[in-house]
Amino acid sequence: MAKSLFEKVWAAHAVRTLANGQTQLLIGTHLIHEVTSPQAFGMLRDLGLKVAMPHRTFATVDHIVPTDQLVEPYRDPLAQAMMEELRRNCAESGITFFDRATGKQGIVHIVGPEQGITQPGTTIACGDSHTSTHGAFGAVAFGIGTTQIRDVLATQTMALGKLKVRRINVRGRLRPGVYAKDVILHIIRVLGVNGGTGYAYEYGGEVFDRFSMEERMTVCNMSIEGGARAGYVNPDQTTFDYLRGRPYSPQGAAWDAAVERWRGFASDPGCPYDDIVTIEAADIAPTVTWGINPGQGIAITESIPDPTHATAADERASIEEALAYMKLRPGAAIKGTRIDVAFIGSCTNGRLSDFREVARHVRGRRVAPGVKAIAVPGSQIVALQCEKEGIDQVLRDAGFEWRAAGCSMCLAMNPDKLIGDQLCASSSNRNFKGRQGSPTGRTLLMSPLMVAAAAVTGTVADAREVFAVNS
Amino acid sequence: MALEKITAVTGRAVYVPGNDIDTDRIIPARFMKCVTFDGLGEFLFHDVRKNADGTDQAHPLNDPRFRGATILLSGANFGCGSSREHAPQAIQKYGFRAVVAESFAEIFFGNCTTLGIPCAAAARADIARLAAAIAADPSLAVTLDVAAGEIRFGGQAIPAEVRPAARDALIHGRWDAIGELLEGLPAVQALATRTPYLAA
Ligand code: SF4
Repeated sequence: MAKSLFEKVWAAHAVRTLANGQTQLLIGTHLIHEVTSPQAFGMLRDLGLKVAMPHRTFATVDHIVPTDQLVEPYRDPLAQAMMEELRRNCAESGITFFDRATGKQGIVHIVGPEQGITQPGTTIACGDSHTSTHGAFGAVAFGIGTTQIRDVLATQTMALGKLKVRRINVRGRLRPGVYAKDVILHIIRVLGVNGGTGYAYEYGGEVFDRFSMEERMTVCNMSIEGGARAGYVNPDQTTFDYLRGRPYSPQGAAWDAAVERWRGFASDPGCPYDDIVTIEAADIAPTVTWGINPGQGIAITESIPDPTHATAADERASIEEALAYMKLRPGAAIKGTRIDVAFIGSCTNGRLSDFREVARHVRGRRVAPGVKAIAVPGSQIVALQCEKEGIDQVLRDAGFEWRAAGCSMCLAMNPDKLIGDQLCASSSNRNFKGRQGSPTGRTLLMSPLMVAAAAVTGTVADAREVFAVNS
Repeated sequence: MALEKITAVTGRAVYVPGNDIDTDRIIPARFMKCVTFDGLGEFLFHDVRKNADGTDQAHPLNDPRFRGATILLSGANFGCGSSREHAPQAIQKYGFRAVVAESFAEIFFGNCTTLGIPCAAAARADIARLAAAIAADPSLAVTLDVAAGEIRFGGQAIPAEVRPAARDALIHGRWDAIGELLEGLPAVQALATRTPYLAA
């Protein structure tokens, strides 16, 4: 019978059925970082257990690292303590740690693919909700909590109920100036922030066939913002081309065998899905959020929703709550809203292609007076490549601060924070209240080029106009 | 590992209204800088409970009448956002033993179950009824009967369902999977050996 990738990967990793009906699922790759793992190692020690497969566990440090300080000890003693705890745990258990000194450190969802650790047909878990990113390679990847991290450390498995699969086809061609970020913001807007509950999203159609791996990662990254625990794209030649020659990719004869196997994991033509949604690429515009969840987005040409036009009472209440927090006027154009901060980075949009695209358009332009603009590469490897290509200089010349790799202002667990109710044009993935480090800070999610347009004009702007984008 | 069989939770309840209450709201990210979960309880809902100067805002958890409540009541899509387990940990460390809401975000639901915190879904109108009852009498004893799938209070009963897999795990004392997962280790090793990318 024709099967989806999800079904095949699940079947290949199911160890047994547990008493509660859940599956004990083998997790091939476990990625850990400094924020959610120390408590799990603590639980392990309390139970007198050891890491079952240290060679399938990989660590990096991303959330708390200062992006303007490379030497330790960090100014924040708690950050330093978390750093040391991770170092100690990895050393004790024999886990590979992409520490800053290795030159391979970065945001966990950028490091895995970059190293070739993220592979098709595998299962991946990480104590971070954006683990869905790795689905771009045709892996089934789950964000997990600390207790599950303990389970995976101790047994390389976790207990999980099977998800349903929703196929999301994006048909046709994207218009110029419309990016992968807009695709996922649009999908979340259409299906809702909890439309994906209980589902894995399988993204496909012409738009995804043409997408690069980095674009696929941007979309899969935000699956969780649509409520889907996992999201993936079937592996194809684009996937294999990306993986060839990476440090952890199979080499030589093993490579050909792996590609053969990987191809076999792709969903079979005509396989059944629990749901199918089709979206027209032409309907997708550069999208900006105006509210306090990623589903509260509009096209840059639209105006901010008016709660009095809401059809349901809760919709009205949620618009009112969002606008009160965001201090935005109902019915006003989003375009022209003044911004204070521009942030380009994160596991959604902190990759080489993001910075290339921004640099290509920003060259010769200046960040508007009064706007703080920061560019934070997602990994040391991304940073180095940008520096080789002179991208860092283009951005610096334009008035951006060029920082060291990390999560930075995506959630501001490091010193990069909004102050007061600053409004931030951000290429990250969450616009929740207080997300960027100030309890009253405000976030507008958008593509990196839209952030750049906001940075140079000092207002929310249509990047297509600002940079005359037509190709 | 013998775990407690959680068939019911009885105590006082507090209503924190709102839909889409995300884990950043439950525990702001800056309080996640810790290497243990101890002490997280005092930061529960911090940014909506405290002003910048440390004084209290109007919030149900700051209302002395609801101090000591063990059942948390809220709206739809509770616990959305980040997968951080700091959120259910903060809820538990604060003293809550159960959460009742219209619906729950997936990861949050799973994280709570693993800590032995039942998450029961109830209809909006029923939650409103319960909220009205505890507003009228904050000392009202409320029982979430996990096994029966209902909440009883002041002579009334409303349906409140914990999803079957989680319910069974709670009432049979299997909510923490580690024991069973460890028993499966030989089978895990055998499967890993047959899995090409793990065998290599
Ligand atoms: S960049 Fe943001 S979303 Fe991604 S892992 Fe870091 S904090 Fe999480």
